Amino acid sequence: MKTAEEIFNQLKEKFGSSIIELRTDKPVESFIVINPLEIDKICSFLHDENDLLFDSLMNLSGVDDANGTKEKDEKGLETIKGGTLSVYYHIESTKLKHKLTLKTSTPREKPEVVSVTEVWKGADWHEREAYDMYGIVFLNHPDLRRILMPYDWEFGYPLRKDYKNPEFYQGMKVPY
Amino acid sequence: MTQYSIQNTKDSKLKTEEMVLNMGPQHPSTHGVLRLELVLDGEIIKDVIPHIGYLHRCFEKHCEAMTYPQVIPYTDRMDYLASMYNEFGYAVAMERLLKIEVPERVDYIRVIMGELQRIASHLVAIGTYGADIGAFTPFLFCFRDRERILHLFEITCGARLLYNYIWIGGLSHDLHPDFIRLTKEFIKDFRPNVKELNELLSYNRIFIERTANVGVLPLETAINYGVSGPNLRGSGMKWDLRKDDPYSIYHKFDYDIPVGKGEKGKVGDCWDRYYVRVLEMEESLKIIEQAIEQIPEGDVTSAIPKRIKPPEGQIYTRVENPRGELGYFIISDGSLNPARVKVRAPSFVTMQVFGELCKGWMVADVVAILGSVDIVLGEIDR
Repeated sequence: MKTAEEIFNQLKEKFGSSIIELRTDKPVESFIVINPLEIDKICSFLHDENDLLFDSLMNLSGVDDANGTKEKDEKGLETIKGGTLSVYYHIESTKLKHKLTLKTSTPREKPEVVSVTEVWKGADWHEREAYDMYGIVFLNHPDLRRILMPYDWEFGYPLRKDYKNPEFYQGMKVPY
Repeated sequence: MTQYSIQNTKDSKLKTEEMVLNMGPQHPSTHGVLRLELVLDGEIIKDVIPHIGYLHRCFEKHCEAMTYPQVIPYTDRMDYLASMYNEFGYAVAMERLLKIEVPERVDYIRVIMGELQRIASHLVAIGTYGADIGAFTPFLFCFRDRERILHLFEITCGARLLYNYIWIGGLSHDLHPDFIRLTKEFIKDFRPNVKELNELLSYNRIFIERTANVGVLPLETAINYGVSGPNLRGSGMKWDLRKDDPYSIYHKFDYDIPVGKGEKGKVGDCWDRYYVRVLEMEESLKIIEQAIEQIPEGDVTSAIPKRIKPPEGQIYTRVENPRGELGYFIISDGSLNPARVKVRAPSFVTMQVFGELCKGWMVADVVAILGSVDIVLGEIDR
């Protein structure tokens, strides 16, 4: 059993500036903020190290932080410029029974995070879902396609806060 | 049954090529609308590519437009065979975020409902698995027993499938006056039925031939893919969130966690995954029996908050749903609507390992393997 703080110090020693901060101010869950382009190395360290052994990825979830500048167009619909999209990783060790939350933020205009499918194969579909819903590109992912939306969906990423419905989809009026 | 390795035909003069076969979206054994793209060498599976999303209803997008209590009916519609447990998980997550203590009676009723739901869900899994493989009688027997449980739910909250019963901080109704008596009767009648089911299906020679040694899931692979619930336990790991990450009042009861032992073949084969479910029903009965004896009196609606406005923050909470680890990741921005609700659906994660399981088996075995992992498409697609 290790606390988030102990793990944070251990990671900080090993990876230095890639480990950005430990957030404990928000109620309920504390998390460690990490550089999106180093996450695969950090995760494989967390997976392999003998006193950490994070062998299972519980959940991987994309989030729209909606922290950019908001503009309204002529129809009153909101568009967000700048800011970040985030990915949360909830990992656990089934052997040592400890859990950890990681967060990584990436710019909204060019969202890129390195894939962790090499470490946990179960991340595959979770990452495809995050790509499908938020447009976050997972570098080195073996098969990054849409998963829940139709493969020919070309109207953006539905879970972004500024998503707008298309007028027509394949000749059908959408807001019917 | 044997697992085949792909023959090397390079030196032969026979012309061979791969064939792609579509299974689904409308196929009786896919339990919903799932399309499997099978890459075949003759009749042997080289690769399986699942195509999902036919039932996508934008659950997560809807949640962002709803207030917190309004999300509950939507959670019902994810895993429609285990709706009670979906509500249970969401309520537990929200109570941890809001730091609400629920009255003891509420916890007891939730556990009783949750375990009844687990039995009902496993009965569908077992019954349809038999039907997939060609034994139709057990299917009818299972649905006969499940009907009794659905009746118990109906007298409690008026609905048979989608309940909206477990609310944040409480329940929508107290128990029906007849509930305890009828549940006791059900338990008494159901025990011999499980024995009958074992004779009819579990120890049936044909059934064992079709399932033992087929689709073996090694434990390391299972953990790496994040497989959970009966499928993980079928591979021999004693892992159950009711004991390993306790929530509600499960610590008060005495019950076992059945694991696959490779009784009929290898550990982690289809038969093990199936049989873990049979044994789990017995354990659920034990929990219900104890809960009924201990249930205290009290008001089930007293802790329901009038206005739910959690502080800014986030939480990931998971519960042991009949299919495995059901997780809710909720981010609150301090307003009345959630900023993000992500559901970690057990079937969604389990479906990823399906291709690995099928490699080297025949087309007919795909049906046996798919039935043994027990997926619900409503939950995969959300």
